[in-house]
Amino acid sequence: MSTLQIDKTIDARGMACPGPLMNLIGAIRQGQVGQIFEVLSSDEGSKTDIPAWVAKAKHELVEVVEDGGYAHFIVRKAR
Amino acid sequence: MDEQEKPLSLVLFSGTDDKLNAAAVLTVGAAVMGRPVNIFLQYYALRAFRAGKVCADHALAWEATDALTHVIHAHPGQHWSELLKQAKEVGEVNIQACALSMDMFHLKQADLDPLVDGIEGVAAFMTSVADGQVLFI
Repeated sequence: MSTLQIDKTIDARGMACPGPLMNLIGAIRQGQVGQIFEVLSSDEGSKTDIPAWVAKAKHELVEVVEDGGYAHFIVRKAR
Repeated sequence: MDEQEKPLSLVLFSGTDDKLNAAAVLTVGAAVMGRPVNIFLQYYALRAFRAGKVCADHALAWEATDALTHVIHAHPGQHWSELLKQAKEVGEVNIQACALSMDMFHLKQADLDPLVDGIEGVAAFMTSVADGQVLFI
């Protein structure tokens, strides 16, 4: 993983779909433009839903890193 | 969300927890992707939205055998009412009770959970549907 400054980490491992996405949306809404959010999710749905929502909401998916049983989704609040 | 998306309209007829949960998941998905959602509650689905009854056990559809019932109850997913609440927070979700079903079951707005925004007839619902899709669940 790159050495980005993460402003907020949301550990949603173990949560069912669409929980991790909803937690990300809630955090981004409360955050500031430019902040970097990290979501940890073991939900398979997150792999399609987080990128789809981030594109739709016009934020930036910085990277997705698989980490044995879960994934890190790094998202920058772009607006 | 910049562009205006077509609404998704759900007619909820069944009042079992599995069908309500499936409908709530669709609602969350549409709401987060910027689509307005109209929900029209009829028959048994309406009864599940009575005040104080939302979190009661509404059983499962007939496809759920005893074995599957255990699997479904063991899953950590959120309750459909919680998903609908979240959908309302992030998007435009309008939940209306069918006037005919309200009349059939002798219900008034005060008898319903606050998730229900109002009571309307089918013609008013069709106005909200506009040129979007309707799903009957």
